[in-house]
Amino acid sequence: MKICFFNFFFKQEALLLLLDVGPSMHDILPEIEKVCSMLIQKKLIYNKNDEVGVVLFGTEDTDNELTKEVGGYEHVVVLRHIKVVDGDLVEALQQLPRGTFAGDFLDAIVVGMDMLIKKFGPTNKGKKRLCLITNALCAIKDPYEGTKEDQVNTIAAQTTEHGMKMDCIVVRGKQSQNADKRIMEENDRLLSVFSKKCFSKAVYIESPTSLLGALRTRNISPVTVYRGDLELSPKMKIKVWVYKKTSEEKFPTLKKYSDKAPPTDKFATHEIKVDYEYRSVEDPGKVVPPEQRIKGYRYGPQVVPISSAEWEAVKFKPEKGVKLLGFTDASNIMRHYYMKDVYIFITEPGNTKAILAASAIARAMKEMKKVAILRCVWRQGQGNVVVGVLTPNVSDKDNVPDSFYFNVLPFAEDVREFQFPSFSNLPSSWQPNEQQQDAADNLVKMLDLAPTGQEEALQPDFTPNPILERFYRHLELKSKHPDAAVPPLDETLKKITEPDPDIFSQNKTVIDEFRRRFELKENPKLKKSMRRLLKEKPSGSNDEGEGFGNAYDAETVNSIENTSIVKVEKIGDLTPIQDFEAMMSRRDGPEWVSKAITNMKNKIFDLVEDSCEGDTYHKALECLVALRKGCILEQEPKQVQQFPVPSL
Amino acid sequence: MDLDPDDIFRDDEDDLENGFYQERESSKELVVYLVDASPKIFSTTCPGEDQKDETHFHVAVSCIAQSLKTQIINRSYDEVAICFFNTREKKNLQDLNGVFVFNVTEREYLDRPTAKLIKEFDCIEESFTKDIGSQYGIISGSRDNSLYNALWVAQALLRKGSAKTADKRILLFTNEDDPFGSIKGVTKLDMIRTTLQRAKDAQDLGISIELLPLSRPDEEFNMSLFYAELLGLEGDDLTQFVPLAGERFEDLKDQLRKRMFKKRKVRRITFSITNGLSIELNTYALIRPTTPGTITWLDSVTNLPLKTERSFICADTGALVQEPAKRFQSYKNENINFSVEELSEIKRVSTGHLRLLGFKPLICLKDYHNLRPSTFVFPSDEEVIGSTSIFIALHRSMLRLKRFGVAFYGSSTHPQLVALVAQDEIVNGSGQVEPPGMHMIYLPYSDDIRHVEELHADINAMTSRATDDQIKKATALMRRIDLKDFSVCQFANPALQRHYAVLQALALGEDEPEIKDETVPDDEGMARPGVVNTLEEFKLSVYGENYDEGDDFHANGKLSDTSRKRKAIAENAVKESANYDWPDLADNGKLKDLTVVELKYYLTAHNLPVAGKKEALINRILTHMGK
Repeated sequence: MKICFFNFFFKQEALLLLLDVGPSMHDILPEIEKVCSMLIQKKLIYNKNDEVGVVLFGTEDTDNELTKEVGGYEHVVVLRHIKVVDGDLVEALQQLPRGTFAGDFLDAIVVGMDMLIKKFGPTNKGKKRLCLITNALCAIKDPYEGTKEDQVNTIAAQTTEHGMKMDCIVVRGKQSQNADKRIMEENDRLLSVFSKKCFSKAVYIESPTSLLGALRTRNISPVTVYRGDLELSPKMKIKVWVYKKTSEEKFPTLKKYSDKAPPTDKFATHEIKVDYEYRSVEDPGKVVPPEQRIKGYRYGPQVVPISSAEWEAVKFKPEKGVKLLGFTDASNIMRHYYMKDVYIFITEPGNTKAILAASAIARAMKEMKKVAILRCVWRQGQGNVVVGVLTPNVSDKDNVPDSFYFNVLPFAEDVREFQFPSFSNLPSSWQPNEQQQDAADNLVKMLDLAPTGQEEALQPDFTPNPILERFYRHLELKSKHPDAAVPPLDETLKKITEPDPDIFSQNKTVIDEFRRRFELKENPKLKKSMRRLLKEKPSGSNDEGEGFGNAYDAETVNSIENTSIVKVEKIGDLTPIQDFEAMMSRRDGPEWVSKAITNMKNKIFDLVEDSCEGDTYHKALECLVALRKGCILEQEPKQVQQFPVPSL
Repeated sequence: MDLDPDDIFRDDEDDLENGFYQERESSKELVVYLVDASPKIFSTTCPGEDQKDETHFHVAVSCIAQSLKTQIINRSYDEVAICFFNTREKKNLQDLNGVFVFNVTEREYLDRPTAKLIKEFDCIEESFTKDIGSQYGIISGSRDNSLYNALWVAQALLRKGSAKTADKRILLFTNEDDPFGSIKGVTKLDMIRTTLQRAKDAQDLGISIELLPLSRPDEEFNMSLFYAELLGLEGDDLTQFVPLAGERFEDLKDQLRKRMFKKRKVRRITFSITNGLSIELNTYALIRPTTPGTITWLDSVTNLPLKTERSFICADTGALVQEPAKRFQSYKNENINFSVEELSEIKRVSTGHLRLLGFKPLICLKDYHNLRPSTFVFPSDEEVIGSTSIFIALHRSMLRLKRFGVAFYGSSTHPQLVALVAQDEIVNGSGQVEPPGMHMIYLPYSDDIRHVEELHADINAMTSRATDDQIKKATALMRRIDLKDFSVCQFANPALQRHYAVLQALALGEDEPEIKDETVPDDEGMARPGVVNTLEEFKLSVYGENYDEGDDFHANGKLSDTSRKRKAIAENAVKESANYDWPDLADNGKLKDLTVVELKYYLTAHNLPVAGKKEALINRILTHMGK
């Protein structure tokens, strides 16, 4: 719904991809092909009317309008002019040509800008985007006049004037180590000018996996959750806008397919409608019309009917507003209490006073390691309140104001305070010794995903969703080959789901040491069939020792219940206890219990009387214990109490 | 809780995403609250709220009342019985002396809690002396043993249900650490022996007995006199069982409340650390949003429950079809078909349950790296011996080195990248506050993160930053409005409380109750001169003098087009609305003669929603006018 809404009100996005295909980019091109075609695929599904063009640079050939008009701009090829997305584009992007020249990204930006200006002029403001993917390792040609900086400044001013945005993804893999540092630094400086002077953002990535995550493939216009006051007190307020900072992109909901339409029907929708009917539970023949239904709410075993009008009158109706409850030490709020996706509080755009107030608070919070606790009601008529924690997001960019993140915290009802044993109270055989601890320390230190001076691996901001990647790729595949099987997970995506073999092989000694230090074995006490009987340890640290004992108890009790399959009718000499238990648990007649008890009593008497110097006393005693237990189970206390205990 | 290990390895396709929020409840819990009602429990007090002394009986009873209320909301299928011992009157199936099972009509002794039970139990303190009465049941010269009888009654109540599908517990509240103190000689030994035997019998039947001892400020509850043996505690376990001497009433209540809930694990998972080295973990849902529960549709005429029947109809032919096994996605003007198996194959990206990928410093985990409530993991040696040892070692290293683990959690329905954050145990006077273990935090992917900060960035100007002085003023403010003892879950959810209070009132035919909303700001505190002054100073430093928030808007001309338009519409509506005599129109039923546009004048002017059909608009107007 939301997507349609925005397509309706806003103009479609026009995107121009500027792709470096020069020789130094060849290694990474397969990933660029994947991410760009994925981008188009998603547009085909969610933003069908968006327009996309593709410019390649570092190519053998030259083909662009500027070169015809004014000369220069060599090795820049317009692969596709700006037009509405289609399936051909997906395919074209999957087979990018390999270039032979060092690419000049500034030339490509100018060509792209020129294309956007020619196509849209000053219209479509804010919906025009240039996306540059390059390694920025090759030197930029000197301009005819002025310095490179001047040239970049002019271009930046132009993009701003025409309301263009620019995303730069700079891929710096391993090969950049051998690159010319001077050129690299110059290029980085030029790119940073763009970030400062226009709506541009440059991200630097190293691994192919983060390239897949760096390009935002889904274009969602953010909507505010709340606009209004952040009330520190009734007299001191700050104007804020609240947005979602994170929101899960769900696996697409596919429609149910009906094959009932004849194959000849070209216009068949193949859709399935779902129809609901309400029938009385007691009289299934009676269908109740939907409007005759009333909501029933559970309260224990009772169901209380309440009409929506009635409910409306009595339900909790808080006033809209965001209010400060107070500040508290950041250490009071543990990370695992964050409940939901995250919100972001930004100050009202253009409201300098509000920006200042928020900045002061954010910076003071950061300095003092404090957080704020807020009570929020986003909309009038919302049926609940949200209590959460506001944490500072101090901006490191000069033109971006300070803001806050907001995380929802649980209410008392949401927390289950289970007790777990202290590690120090666990048996000493479970405590790691010094060598083991050292091995663990080394493992935690060495399996490092964020080594200094290198890109942090698997940073959420640059990690694509492997399932969605896989789905969209398979979708494209199936559009060509309907019977195609699901291909195995791509190597680049496997870096997300499986340990990186490089890191693990680099640290082989550490890992081997760790494995040598610890011994794991299957619990021999557990047979598969018995495992299901294992009960959880009772809560409270006091009775931890009973863990394994339970297994035995459960078994004894259980044997009483289970052996009834073989119908035992009298207590024999060989296994009197088992026979007794079997009889006690026979459910095919009430008489069996008393029969078993009588039988058992006689057996005990026999055992005692027949004993030769007490050789059967032990057995008699066992029987007595079994009799006792059975009687307790069957609530026949008198039977034991009245039983004359023979003095053994 | 019983968990079939085979269950874990089977495809959990049926617990789809929404299943995440629900624990798997494979067993129910049967609890008997066994409350000592001897004169001693009434005469002993401990300091309570507002410095007033509360009797131990009050502590025990209010804990139970509280847990009943929580239980009826969260786990209403569990069954409870409330049983007093050392009573004057007797009421129990075995007709034993000194034991009284408290109950209400339409309910078995051991049954699900009902609204009526909760209501009547709330006034137990008033009715107790009259209906039940207190009388110590173990006196010399009589062979009666009320504790023995109580355990006997409790065990008989728990006969219901098999030990396999139900957790059976006796929770024993007492402040008498030496129940047989007044008895001497052989009789005493005999009584102790039989009582212990009784307790052991119950335990043999899979019933766990838990003691909730209440001790006086000046005298600790001495476990070694009797109860250590009854519970089977020895050595370290015994010293670990810290009696609650000298604790404040609230702490006491807090700990009792915590211990009354039994933990349930969600599932058992394998945590693969490196190839060939996997340990066993149990996952627990410690934090999950509590919702008002499911709705049952009723027939409004008969108030009988309805069954919803779903049928699938082919949109092209109108034929009734079975639930189809195929799905489709339209793509490039075509329908691309997927079988259900194919879709789950796509989601199956990982073989392991939880695979370690590496470690990062804690600062890499940002505040916005969150999507859902976290899951707690705790090691288990039940199947793989040595798991706990490895877990403890890693846990310690992670805490010491301030690092968290990154792992891939490959559940078949919702595979996700997670952060494993080690949490050290935190214990305070009232017991364990944070259990030791790791919390699994679900991380977003790049497409789940939105870059809102830059959305409104002004590229032409540097944005303003607070000066040191302004930051200092803010710092002073933070010191003033400091919630020192803030704990994450100190607030009850007012919406939920209201929901259940209303339900309870309706279920019992009572008046609508007043619920205190604990989440509103402390206006009194905020009005303290110190706070007001610091606020004023801060305001002055950031906003300057004579600042009015409303003014700033117009002065800057920053009011957006839409809001300006909205305002104009509202003003117009007020003007137009004044042209109608609404009460008269309503009284004469003439509202329906007006157009929707006209009706909306009223609604907009009174700030009411304007959505819906004409009929709904009229209803809304009438409701607003109070007709």
